[in-house]
Amino acid sequence: MTPAGTTSAVLDAQGVSKRFGAVVALKDASLQVGRGEIVALMGANGAGKSTLVKILTGALKRDSGHVRIHGRDVRLTSPGAARASGLVPIYQEPSLIPDLDVADNLRLCETPVEPFRHWVAELGIADLRMDDAIRALPLATLRILDLARALAVEPDVLMLDEMTAALPTDLVERVLRTVRAQADAGRSVIYVSHRFREIAAICDRATVLREGLTVGNLKIEPGIEEHIVELMLGGAVTAPERQATAARRAPGEARLKVRGLRAGTRLSDVSFDLYRGEVLGLVALEGQGQDELFDVLAGNRPALAGGLEVDGKAVAFHHPADAIAEGLTLVPGDRAHALLMSRSVRENIAVPLLARIRNWGAIAMGDEAARVGAAIERLQIDTRAQGEVRRLSGGNQQKVTIARWIAKGVKTLLLFDPTRGIDIRTKRQIYALVRELADQGAAVLFYTSELAEIRLACDRVVVIFNGRVVDSFDAAEADEARLMRAAYGLTAKDAVPA
Amino acid sequence: MRRVLTNNSWTIGLAGLLAFLLIATKVIQPDFGVSGLDSLARAALPFALASVGMAVVVIAGGIDLSMAAMMAVASVTGAVLMNGASDGEAALAVLFVLMVGIGMGAINGTLIVLTRVPDIVVTLAMLFVWQGVALLILNAPGGSAAPWLRGLIVGGVTLPFLPAALTEWIPKALVFLIVVVGAIWLPLRRSKLGLRFYAIGSDPLAAYRSGVPVGPTRIAAYAVAGLFAALGGLSVTMGTGIGEPIPGPYLMASVAAVVLGGVVLGGGRGGLLGPILAVLVLRTVRMDLTLLSIDPNVAAIIEGTIMAVVVMFGAVLATRGRKT
Repeated sequence: MTPAGTTSAVLDAQGVSKRFGAVVALKDASLQVGRGEIVALMGANGAGKSTLVKILTGALKRDSGHVRIHGRDVRLTSPGAARASGLVPIYQEPSLIPDLDVADNLRLCETPVEPFRHWVAELGIADLRMDDAIRALPLATLRILDLARALAVEPDVLMLDEMTAALPTDLVERVLRTVRAQADAGRSVIYVSHRFREIAAICDRATVLREGLTVGNLKIEPGIEEHIVELMLGGAVTAPERQATAARRAPGEARLKVRGLRAGTRLSDVSFDLYRGEVLGLVALEGQGQDELFDVLAGNRPALAGGLEVDGKAVAFHHPADAIAEGLTLVPGDRAHALLMSRSVRENIAVPLLARIRNWGAIAMGDEAARVGAAIERLQIDTRAQGEVRRLSGGNQQKVTIARWIAKGVKTLLLFDPTRGIDIRTKRQIYALVRELADQGAAVLFYTSELAEIRLACDRVVVIFNGRVVDSFDAAEADEARLMRAAYGLTAKDAVPA
Repeated sequence: MRRVLTNNSWTIGLAGLLAFLLIATKVIQPDFGVSGLDSLARAALPFALASVGMAVVVIAGGIDLSMAAMMAVASVTGAVLMNGASDGEAALAVLFVLMVGIGMGAINGTLIVLTRVPDIVVTLAMLFVWQGVALLILNAPGGSAAPWLRGLIVGGVTLPFLPAALTEWIPKALVFLIVVVGAIWLPLRRSKLGLRFYAIGSDPLAAYRSGVPVGPTRIAAYAVAGLFAALGGLSVTMGTGIGEPIPGPYLMASVAAVVLGGVVLGGGRGGLLGPILAVLVLRTVRMDLTLLSIDPNVAAIIEGTIMAVVVMFGAVLATRGRKT
């Protein structure tokens, strides 16, 4: 039961399971953290990592299993209860109240002020006033305040969930040093992160989840990241089903050139070219800047630096309509954002069409019906439930979001994780649809959280890590292990120092 | 000092606007004086208490559309219990009505937390429920108020050491309002519960993660609103001497005062002084328009326009402030 290298675990979670309806998020997860130990919690998308984090922090109730802190069974019914049991989490987003000042935020969760001040200074924030409103402080400062607030209550177990994601490099170093020093002084730390470099720098062990199971518990040592990647992937790396073809890109200039793009706090510097006739895959772990990239390309958010060129012409989008006018069309990850849920399939397909057929005045019914009919037929959308889009299955809804652009004709299609939560048959239809669009001359950018899709649907792939392009290669070479390694930023310079 | 000024600039602006309006009143009606001020304060009292109650729920990120209906229940309960009662019994009746108010608010809050139906829907439904309850208790205006209770809000204050010529300018109704709101809100504002009201209104997720029990805190906010509704209902009975089973025009007026008073709809920001000043501003505007013998329909349009303009002006100032 006890993991190698620890005598008595401070936190001991065993056999934790959780299901949501028919979906099993966690089957049998376990995690032990000893005194003075930093344990990395790792897992690919959908491995159950965030479910386990939520259970440990009291945001979700476990179905079975037990969680012990210092050998005592703890009831984790709410974040407040978890705090009281000695487990203090720091989340990916700040959890300070924006409308209260610093002092009131401390009072809210009974944080002693003097230790808090000590940690704030220790972490390098010199000019903090206790009556500063949280709303007015920069994001990086808030992350530091979160950490200082957690350290000030001297928790038994500190949990950091992707806390360095929005921090500048110098603060990351300071945070890592402080966390390591805390562990050396005897505190226990759970470190949830995608970043091997940070894990190698401070963690003692890594616990790896896959498909809701704890599949590994490894000591961190040089070269271990290959082993961790293998564990996260499992043995089930299947052979490619589609023979990826040689470059299909149409000759000539790139349809879309992205140069040195920076936006928000996460997208730092991304450049790539997208050609007509190709499907360019995009792979990134959660929160590496891909959301910001799609926002900029669709005109939802301004770029802070860098530029875009469409057909060789420099453009800047101030509004989604600007992007659409340049032929860039976004199919968002959340289908509910793209569709008029209570309207019919026909109307949904026709909406973008209206903007083209006639800008003003009556709708040309005959023309509309013909184009929409053709689109429905091509997609094999089950139209028995076509009265209201909300009654369609998720897969069919997703087909509608793509179908509307086929009906209109599209130059550049931006797909954000279009197959999430869709059955395999519909996924295949969507790949075929995307391929057909590309063959007609469309340029397609295809972000996916499922690594296997790159080989099935794309020609080339670009991998983004930490807001930058870290790798780019042909889809034929894109086996899951290589993609996973690249997505975790495991290039030569970031390898674990020997 | 500067910080205090900038943090309270909205309230200070409202106080300035009120002073300006009172001077304008004196210009329009040169014999506006002690009795005018007294009746203004007494007319504003139920509006102010309704607005304060509404402000508490709005700060906590909710809204309570049943405010005026709860006031009607409190008004008739008080009037029926005090009818023919001794002074001591009347005091007990007042305490009972306050408990009823807390109870009604707690019921609203509990329904919202347990059913997870949006607050606007639950309290709209409860509006009809409390309206029916009020009419069941008393199906026409009636009952009575204890004389000592009425004495609390009629006329000017008398203070030792100060000449009556000075103290008569301070309406008892205003003192009553300040004492009651201060006695409830000041300790609450400094307590952990008050902090939690702001926290759940500002960011419920962050509050939850900071260990705030969000559900119970929400229920408590509605209970405090119910308490203020009970005080508002009692003040109606105190002002008129009878119980009013039909809810007065307090709902929309309280939402208006909350918005004008600098409490952000959506929660987390604002205080109670702003809404009180806003009520006085809105009542004074109405009085001035009446004094100018402007058509009441036109007067309503002017009132609405003033509100919209002031709030938009505030929004513009706020965005400016954020940019610089």
